[in-house]
Amino acid sequence: MTAMVRAESVHKSFGLVEVLKGIDLEVKRGEVFCLIGPSGSGKSTFLRCINHLEKVNAGRLYVDGELVGYRQKGDKLYELKDSEVALQRRDIGMVFQRFNLFPHMTALDNVMEAPVQVKGMGRSQARERARELLEKVGLADKADSYPAQLSGGQQQRVAIARALAMDPKLMLFDEPTSALDPELVGDVLDVMRDLAESGMTMVVVTHEMGFAREVGDSLVFMDGGVVVESGDPREVLTNPQHERTQAFLSKVL
Amino acid sequence: MTDKIDKEPADTPPRASLAPETIKAIPVRHYGRYVSAVIVLALVALLVNAFATAEKIQWSAVGDKLFDSTVLAGAGRTLLISVLAMIVGVVLGVVLAVMRLSKNPVTSWVAWFYIWFFRGTPVYVQLLLWFNLALIFPMLNLGPIYKDEMTDVMTPFMCALLGLGLNEAAYMAEICRAGLLAVDEGQTEAAHALGMSHGRTLRRIVIPQAMRVIVPPTGNEFINMLKTSSLVYAVTYNELLRATSTIGSTSYAVMEMLFVASIWYLVMTSVFSVFQYYLERRFARGSSRSLPPTPWQKIRVNLMAFSRERGV
Ligand SMILES: Nc1ncnc2c1ncn2[C@@H]1O[C@H](COP(=O)(O)OP(=O)(O)OP(=O)(O)O)[C@@H](O)[C@H]1O
Ligand SMILES: [Mg+2]
Repeated sequence: MTAMVRAESVHKSFGLVEVLKGIDLEVKRGEVFCLIGPSGSGKSTFLRCINHLEKVNAGRLYVDGELVGYRQKGDKLYELKDSEVALQRRDIGMVFQRFNLFPHMTALDNVMEAPVQVKGMGRSQARERARELLEKVGLADKADSYPAQLSGGQQQRVAIARALAMDPKLMLFDEPTSALDPELVGDVLDVMRDLAESGMTMVVVTHEMGFAREVGDSLVFMDGGVVVESGDPREVLTNPQHERTQAFLSKVL
Repeated sequence: MTDKIDKEPADTPPRASLAPETIKAIPVRHYGRYVSAVIVLALVALLVNAFATAEKIQWSAVGDKLFDSTVLAGAGRTLLISVLAMIVGVVLGVVLAVMRLSKNPVTSWVAWFYIWFFRGTPVYVQLLLWFNLALIFPMLNLGPIYKDEMTDVMTPFMCALLGLGLNEAAYMAEICRAGLLAVDEGQTEAAHALGMSHGRTLRRIVIPQAMRVIVPPTGNEFINMLKTSSLVYAVTYNELLRATSTIGSTSYAVMEMLFVASIWYLVMTSVFSVFQYYLERRFARGSSRSLPPTPWQKIRVNLMAFSRERGV
């Protein structure tokens, strides 16, 4: 069985600054894959490469066996058209640090938007499904609220429901709890834990070491655009081998 | 601090349970307001008196001609040409703004050039250019689609519409561009991450949010348009100013007819200002936790508070 995500020597530069300097890793189906590392180490950039919000400069990135953003013919690479990239992104859900809900739509409309607009699902069917998803994240009673009327934790749970509405095979989380007050973090992590139990493949950039230890199946520590250490989360977090990992963990734990 | 509270006997009632007496204080007197009000009233009285008693103004003519059918038709045409030119301006403006922001350098430069030309020359000149187009192109020849004498195509109405509309588009393009840029990039990313195409993201996510920034200046543009439309006098389109001036010069009531025109311009701009208030309110949806009350709601709340005070 192919891996859900396979990165082969992924490089990414912004102008002259090289942010990713050759990332090799594999995310297996159904696993919760945690990415940790100091600020500026390139975690978000790597995550955004997975759904082609950023273009990879060198190396290859595959999702479900399919090359992301390009088509290979012989030894030539062709850039995909916008519509083809959009098609690839349908199956990859993403949750952002700052939620990025659509402020002019109610929670329910936020969740319905993509199924109706992208998949062409009927409105009533989409509405029913959206209600189910909101219920799943514990927000059935907030369906008609606008994002500005919701707390950060509630907004983030709506954002998760919105991503799930496209029935993705892979979910990307970029520090989903970093912008939240401490007492709201738990609700969001609970939803993510349920999702992990349901068998969703998840790549999670996080500073929540407790979550990584408890729910994570693999963990990667990144620093300076390279993978420094990887393995079982409990192993790496309690017994880091590399000096830089030790230094980082001693600061955050 | 904390040990002080701890030392208090447990059976003393908490202070907060006693509601404090409502404060009845003598308010500060604002003498300056009374003085300035008196001065302003006096000046207004002088001004009104000067106009009212001016022997050369026939006030009855103003009243007579206010609802004259020619005047009404002129006001109607002013409204018509303003609305149509504004529609041309908004539609073309949105297109130009999107072109200007597009990654395609050709479209972006075309838009830049358009805006440069139409913002850089006076509307009055542009109107005259359209009006006199027949001087250099006597025939309009669009190949197999259309062919006609330029003077037949460039009627006063067409000159007015093109002159005002195309000029407005340049201003609207800049307003729309600012609006589109004001929308957080995270919105586009979220939409793209859901698999929405560029066009759909623009239509469903970005433009609706940009409207909140676009609507207020667009309202001002329309109010300006109502007034700027008086310039189409020059291309012989029979709008409000031309209609009133024609009556004015034939009946020797020049000033009176200018008053009539002013009254109608004021009516139109005032009515639209109210309309704009409600429009802005509608597009503020979702941007704050609750919408500000409308004037009517404010009056209702005040009345209710008043009657409660009086014990009614
Ligand atoms: N669009 C961009 N243009 C230029 N530089 C960028 C861009 N995006 C990211 N960078 C740079 O790339 C580096 C890695 O950024 P990235 O956001 O991936 O870090 P991160 O590991 O997610 O950090 P954090 O924990 O703070 O979110 C940073 O030095 C950042 O300044
Ligand atoms: Mg980041």
